[in-house]
Amino acid sequence: MQPFSIFELAKQALSKHRGWQPAWRDAAPKSGYDIVIVGGGGHGLATAFYLAKVHGLTRIAVVEKGWIGGGNAGRNTTIIRSNYGLAGNEPFYEWSMKLWEGLEQALNYNAMVSQRGVLNLYHSDAQRDGYARRGNAMRLHGVDAELLDRARLRQMVPFLDYDNARFPIMGGLYQARGGTARHDAVVWGYARAASALGVDIIQNCEVLGFLRDQSGAVCGVETARGPIAAGKVGIAVAGHSSQVAQLAGIRLPIESHVLQAFVSEGLKPVIPGVITFGAGHFYISQSNKGGLVFGGDIDGYNSYAQRGNLPTAEDVCEGGMALMPMIGRARILRSWGGIMDMTMDGSPIIDRSPVDGLYLNAGWCYGGFKATPASGWCFAHLLATDAAHEVAAAYRLDRFRTGHLIDEKGVGAQPNLH
Amino acid sequence: MHIPCPHCGPRDSSEFVYRGDATPRRPAEVEAEAVYAYVYLRDNPAGMIREHWYHAQGCRNWIVVTRNTVTHEIAESALACGTSA
Amino acid sequence: MKPPGKLADTNRARLPEGGLIDRSRPINFTFDGKAMTGFAGDTLASALVANAVRLVGRSFKYHRPRGILTAGADEPNALVTLRTGARAEPNTPATTIPLFEGLAAQSQNRWPSLGFDIMAANQLFAPLFVAGFYYKTFMWPAKFWERLYEPAIRRAAGLGALSGLPDPDSYDRDHAFCDLLIIGGGASGIAAALAAARLGLRVIIATDDTMLGGALLSSTRDIADQPAPYWAAAAQRELAAFPNVTMLLRTSIFGIYDGQTYGGVERVSDHLPVPAAGMPRQRLWKIVAKRAIMATGAIERPMMFGNNDRPGVMMASAVSTYLNRYAAKPGARAVITTACDSGWACAADLVNRGIDVCAIVDTRPAAQNCAQQSPQFAPIRNSVRVFHHAAITTVRGRQVTGVTVRDESGQFHVLDCDLVAMSGGWNPAIGLASHLGGKPVWSAAIESFVMGCAPPGLVAAGAANGEFTTRAALASGHNAALAVGADLGFDSVLPAPPMASEELSGVGAAWSNPWSSGKTFVDFQHDVTADDIGLAVREGYRSIEHLKRYTTLGMATDQGRISQLHGHAMLADHTGRSIAEAGTIRARPPYHPVAIGVMAGHHRGEHFRPARLTPTHGWAQDRGAAFVDAGQWKRAQWFALPQDKGWQDTVIREVTATRTGVGICDISTLGKIDVQGPDAGQLLDRLYINTMSSLPINKARYGVMLREDGFVMDDGTVTRFADDHFFVTATTANAARVMQHIDFARQVLWPELDVQATSVTENWATFAVAGPHSRALLMLAFPHIDLSNAAMPYMGAGQYAWGTRPLRLYRLSFSGELAFEVSVPATHGLALWLHLMEAGNTYGVVPYGTEALGVMRIEKGHSAGNELNGQTTAADLGLGRMMSTRKDFIGRVMAARPGLVDPARPALVGLIPCHAAETIRAGAHLLPLNAAPVAANDQGYVTSAAYSPTLGHSIALALLAHGPNRHGEVVVVHDPVRGRDITATVTSPVFLDPAGERLRG
Repeated sequence: MQPFSIFELAKQALSKHRGWQPAWRDAAPKSGYDIVIVGGGGHGLATAFYLAKVHGLTRIAVVEKGWIGGGNAGRNTTIIRSNYGLAGNEPFYEWSMKLWEGLEQALNYNAMVSQRGVLNLYHSDAQRDGYARRGNAMRLHGVDAELLDRARLRQMVPFLDYDNARFPIMGGLYQARGGTARHDAVVWGYARAASALGVDIIQNCEVLGFLRDQSGAVCGVETARGPIAAGKVGIAVAGHSSQVAQLAGIRLPIESHVLQAFVSEGLKPVIPGVITFGAGHFYISQSNKGGLVFGGDIDGYNSYAQRGNLPTAEDVCEGGMALMPMIGRARILRSWGGIMDMTMDGSPIIDRSPVDGLYLNAGWCYGGFKATPASGWCFAHLLATDAAHEVAAAYRLDRFRTGHLIDEKGVGAQPNLH
Repeated sequence: MHIPCPHCGPRDSSEFVYRGDATPRRPAEVEAEAVYAYVYLRDNPAGMIREHWYHAQGCRNWIVVTRNTVTHEIAESALACGTSA
Repeated sequence: MKPPGKLADTNRARLPEGGLIDRSRPINFTFDGKAMTGFAGDTLASALVANAVRLVGRSFKYHRPRGILTAGADEPNALVTLRTGARAEPNTPATTIPLFEGLAAQSQNRWPSLGFDIMAANQLFAPLFVAGFYYKTFMWPAKFWERLYEPAIRRAAGLGALSGLPDPDSYDRDHAFCDLLIIGGGASGIAAALAAARLGLRVIIATDDTMLGGALLSSTRDIADQPAPYWAAAAQRELAAFPNVTMLLRTSIFGIYDGQTYGGVERVSDHLPVPAAGMPRQRLWKIVAKRAIMATGAIERPMMFGNNDRPGVMMASAVSTYLNRYAAKPGARAVITTACDSGWACAADLVNRGIDVCAIVDTRPAAQNCAQQSPQFAPIRNSVRVFHHAAITTVRGRQVTGVTVRDESGQFHVLDCDLVAMSGGWNPAIGLASHLGGKPVWSAAIESFVMGCAPPGLVAAGAANGEFTTRAALASGHNAALAVGADLGFDSVLPAPPMASEELSGVGAAWSNPWSSGKTFVDFQHDVTADDIGLAVREGYRSIEHLKRYTTLGMATDQGRISQLHGHAMLADHTGRSIAEAGTIRARPPYHPVAIGVMAGHHRGEHFRPARLTPTHGWAQDRGAAFVDAGQWKRAQWFALPQDKGWQDTVIREVTATRTGVGICDISTLGKIDVQGPDAGQLLDRLYINTMSSLPINKARYGVMLREDGFVMDDGTVTRFADDHFFVTATTANAARVMQHIDFARQVLWPELDVQATSVTENWATFAVAGPHSRALLMLAFPHIDLSNAAMPYMGAGQYAWGTRPLRLYRLSFSGELAFEVSVPATHGLALWLHLMEAGNTYGVVPYGTEALGVMRIEKGHSAGNELNGQTTAADLGLGRMMSTRKDFIGRVMAARPGLVDPARPALVGLIPCHAAETIRAGAHLLPLNAAPVAANDQGYVTSAAYSPTLGHSIALALLAHGPNRHGEVVVVHDPVRGRDITATVTSPVFLDPAGERLRG
C-alpha cells in the first residue's frame, strides 16, 4: 500500500501527483473465496478488513451492487457516539468508539474522526432523570458521561433559545468523546486497507441469489457477474436486508424506512459539537467544510425511495428554529434520504442466520454509521470463529422470539417509532 | 404524499399515523410461534405493500392503503373494517 | 458610511442609455463599506458591474480572487453577506438580490480584506492541496487532529458567517391547489400560461425574478414584432387580468414531492430593507398541482482554460444580460471564447453596445460553424477577428488583462482584453425532474442531459426541454399547455403562439481543453480543477458519485449546475466511456438553497408546538402557579404562596394539607375514552389483562393494557355506566396512543364486535378531590348526592346532575386518601372548580399540582410514566397476578416469552435511604453493597423519587433484580453523574397505608 503522509504528499507533488495509485483494486470476481461479504458499505468493508487484519484470512471478497459506500455509508449525518443506556448496546458502541479513536492510524487514512462532543438536551425533570439513568449506565461501563445544568450549557452553547422556548432547556447529557467522522473517508479508508491485505472489492456485482449445497447450506452467491463460491457468506446490506435475506427464504423483523438529512451552505464555525433537541426531532453538527449537517425523525412509512417528503423536512426545521433561532437565515443546500433497516426493537442483529453458511449483519436503524468499526470487528469475529463477539452477544436474531429485546426507547414492535 | 381516505377524500399524510404491513393477521389460535411471526416478521417488500394508516386527525378510521414503497404511488385504499365509507 | 460620489462617478461602467432600469430612481448601497449608487431594477451584481467593481469574493480552498461569473441564481463566485446584525444573510448570490435603498453587502471568506487576503497564501501550497489531500495527512500525532489541524481547517473553511443572533424576521406558510403549475417565467412559461389561462385552467406561474420574462428580459430579439421585454411585460399585464391565474413573482420552486406537491419559497420582503409591519420575510408554498410544466430554461456552460476563474471572465449570456437588461458594461475590451453560436450572439450584443470585441475564439472548425455561415453574424465576421478550431490557453493577469490563444495552426497569440465572455453550450435546467428519482438521459442532439422519467404530471418545455431558441420555446410552452388542457378536458381553439425572430440554437460543447495552461477550474466555488478530476480517476474514484465525494465537484452552492458536467465529461474521457455511460448526478431538493427559517414557518419560540390548556389554567395562572409540560399539555406543577420558602416547601404544604384536610387537583389531562355498544365489555376484555365485562354498573376497576409484544402499554380505570356503556381513562402521555389502539382493535382485529369508541378527553373536565375532608367538601358542594360508603363505596361511580349540568363522580384515589374524582363537561370546568374551592373553604382546601400528586402516588407505590416506560412487564410492576388466565387478551402470548418472565428481571420495590437526611434521585442505578461500580454489578435503577412529607425522608421507587425477594436488604444507590453513592434499604413500594384503610374511610 502506498503510504499516506505529508512526506509522500510532498513527494508526489513534485511529479504533479501523477504517481498516486488507486486507493483500492477494482477486482474482478474469482471463482471462489473463503468468505464473501455481500454489501460494500462501511460495515461490509470493515468486516473484510478485520477478517484479514485480525483473523489473518486472505481469500475474502466484498461484492457490491453499485459502487462502494453508495448506500447509507454515504447518506448519514456522520455522528459517532457511545451514549446508550442498555447493557446489550453500550459495550458494543463503546468498542466502536475505541476503534474510531485509533482508526486513522489503523487504516493510514484520515477519516477526520473528530471528538468535539455530543450533547443531548433535556427539557423536563423526567427527561433529566432518564438521561441520568443513561449517563450512569455509561459510567458503569467505563464510558465518559456528564450531566450538565443550564448554567454550564449557557457557557458552552450560548446560542440556544433558553428564554422564549416552548419547552425550556434545563440541561443536557454530554459525551465529550462523541463527535463526527468523515463518512466517505471511512468507506474509502477501509476499502484501501482491506484491498492492501488482499481483499477483493468487486463493484457493480449485484447478488441475485445464494448457492446451496446438498444439505441446503449456503455455499456461495449467484451474482450479476456469475456464481462465486464461498465457504461462508455474510450479508451487510442494511436498508435492503429484507430483500437480500429473502433470496435465502428468510423473513426478518425489519422494515425499511427513509431518514432524511440536510446540509446547509458552508458557514464559518458556529456549532462546536453535536447537539440534539429533547423536545422535538432535531440534531445538528457542523462539518469541517462549514455545512450545518442536521436531521430529525424518519418519515415514518415503509420506503425504499432514497428521498423524503416535506412534512418531515418542515418538522426538522421547526425543531432547529425552536432550539437555535440563529440558523433561520442559513440555507439548506441539499437533502438526502437513506433507507434504514428499522428493527422491531430498534437495535441491530449480528448473528448466524437460520440457514447454515449464511450470516447476518442487519437492522442498524438510523445508528449504523457510528457502529461501523465495531460492526465490522464483531461480524468478522462471528464469521471467523462462529461465535458471537462478547460486545455483540446480545444482537441475536432469536431475541425477538425469546423476548430478550434491546428496546432503548421502550416503544415495542413498531419500527417507525424507534 | 396524500392518502386517499375512503371517508374524507385525499388528505395530507401528516394527518395520519402509520402502522405498517396490513398483511399479517392476528392468529386466532394462541400459538406462540404464530403470534411471534404476526408481531415481528415482515416481508418488507420493495414494491406494492398493503399497509395500515390511521386517520388520527380526521375520521379516526383505520385504512388499508395499497402503495408502492419504491415510487410511493398509491393504487387504492379501503376502510380496514371492511365496510364501505 | 461615506456619502456616495456623484452618480456619474459611481456608475462609471453604466451605458448611457437602455436597459430595464429606472434611471429616475437612484439607490444607494454599500459594498464592503464603500458607498455606491445603482438604479431601481438593478441587482446587486448589476450595480457592482455598473460601478466597475470586478473583485467580489474569494474562493473556498485557495482563496483566489473571484468576480461575477453569471447573472442568475446559480452564481458560484459572487457570494456576499447581505445586510448586517441579526439580519446578516451569508452566501447570498449578488446576482439574485434586487437592489434596495441602504443595502449593505460584505465580501466573504477573506481576512483582513477582499483585496489582501492572508489565506490567499494557500495558493502557495496549491501543489499539496489537491483533491483529497486531507485524507492523506494530518494523522500524526493522533491527538493533534482535534487540537491543531481540525480547528485550523474549520476556520479556513466555510464561506460567510452567521450572525449568531436569533433571526428577527417571521416566516409564513401557505397551501395552493391548481390545475397547472408553470415553473419559470421565461418565453415557454409565459406562452404556456397564456394558453392555459385562455383555456380556463386554474394556473399558477412562478418565477424567481421580480417580473415575468426570464431570458427575454435580456434579449434583443423581437416577439410578435415588439422587443422581447415589452412583449413579456404585456403578457404579464394580460395574465394579471385573468381571475384564474395566480402569479407568484420572486418565487422559487425548490422541490417536487409525492402527491404532485411542489415546494416553493416566495421572497416576500427580501427586496425591501426590512419587511413591512406584519409581513413575513418569506413564505413557504406547498402547491398541489394536477399538472406542471417545467419551464426552467437552460444554464450556460463555461469553457475550460487556464485561470478561467479570474475576475473578468464571465458567461456570455451574463455579459449580454448586464448589457441589455441593466445597461452595465462588464468590460471595455472583450475576447469571446465559445463552443457554440451563443458566444457570437454575445459578441453581437457587445458590438451593438459599442464595446470593443477583440476576438472570437471558437473551438469549432470553420466548416462546422453555423454562426460562421449565418448572415445574422455577417457584421461581426467583418469587424471581429475570429479564431476557428482554437482555444484560449490561459488568462493573463490577476484580474483579466489579456489572454493567450492557440490558433488552428498551433500558433500562440497574446491578446489584451479586460473581459472574457465564454459559452460552452447549454444544459437544460432539469434538476427538479430528478427529485422523485428520475434519471437524466443523454441527448446527443443538444449535447447535454435532458429529463428522463418525468415526475407524475410534469412535462418540460422550452429550453428546459432542449428547445433553446425563443421561437421554439414559445411554441413548446404553448403546446404543452394545450396538451394539459386537452388532458384535463379543457378543449378550445386558441390562436397560434407568437413568433419570435430567427436565431441560432446554441448547441455545442467543448468538454476539455488540451492546450489549457494553469489551473483550469471545473467547479469554481470549490476550487475543483481539471487536474483534480484526473487525480481522482488515477486513485480509483471512477464512479460519478465517488468523483463528486472525493473532489467535492458539484457540492458548492450552485450544486454543480454551472460546470459539473464538464467534470463528468472529463471522467468519461479518462475512463474511456461516453458521457452517457458515465452518467450524471441526480439532483436532490432543494433546487435552490432554502432558508431554514422559512421551512420552519411560525413554529419557533413559544409557537413551536401548540399548548393544550386545562379548564383551570387561567385560574392557576392568576394564583401564580408554576406550570410543567406534560406532552403538549401545560399542567399546574404547584401553587406557591408568599410564605413558602422554595418549591419544595410548597409541595410539602400541598401534600400535608391534602393528607390531613383536603386538596383538589385538575386532572383533566387524563385520556378519556367512551366505549359503547353491546360488545363493549368483550372488547375491553381483549384490551385489558384483567376482566372488565364482569364489572357491575356504577363501578370502576383499575386495568392494565399490554402491547401485543407483551409489555405494558398503559394503565387506567374502566367505569361501567350501563350494560353497553363503559368509560376508560388513559395516562396523559399515552392518551392518543390508547385511542388509536382501541380503534385498531375494534376496526381491524375484531370488526365483528358491535362497539364504538370515541375520545372525550377534551369534553370532560375532571378534578380529584382528596383527603380526609373530601367527602364533607363534596356533600357541601352537592347536598343532593348521597356520598356515604354505602351509596358511593370505594371504586364506585355515578352519573348525577349539578343544576342543569351533567355531573359524574368516581370514588377513585391516586393519593391513597379518601378521594373522589368529579367531572363535568369541560365548558363548565372552571365553574365547578370555583364551586369546589368555595365549598372547600370551610375545610381549608388547597389546590395541589402535579408535583404533590407525584409525591403522593410515590408514597402509595403507584406506577406512573416513569415505571410505564415501555420496557416493563405487568409482573415487573407487581401487577402480574392481574393477568387473567381465562381469556385471550392483547399481549398475552408474547408476555410469556422467557425474556419477559425471567425472575431476574428488575421488579418494583421501594427504597428508603439508610441515612434519613440523604436524597435518592431517579435515574440512579442500584448495586449490591460493597460491589465494584461496574456494569456487571448493575442490578437496576431508581424510576421515581421524592421527599415524603408524610414520612419525613426521601423515598423512591425502583426496579431491582429479584427485588420483591430483597425487602430489607441494603443496596448502593449509584449516581455518578450527579453525586456520591448512598445506601438505601429495599422495601415494599407501598410506603403509606399498605392496607388501604384511608381510601376506604
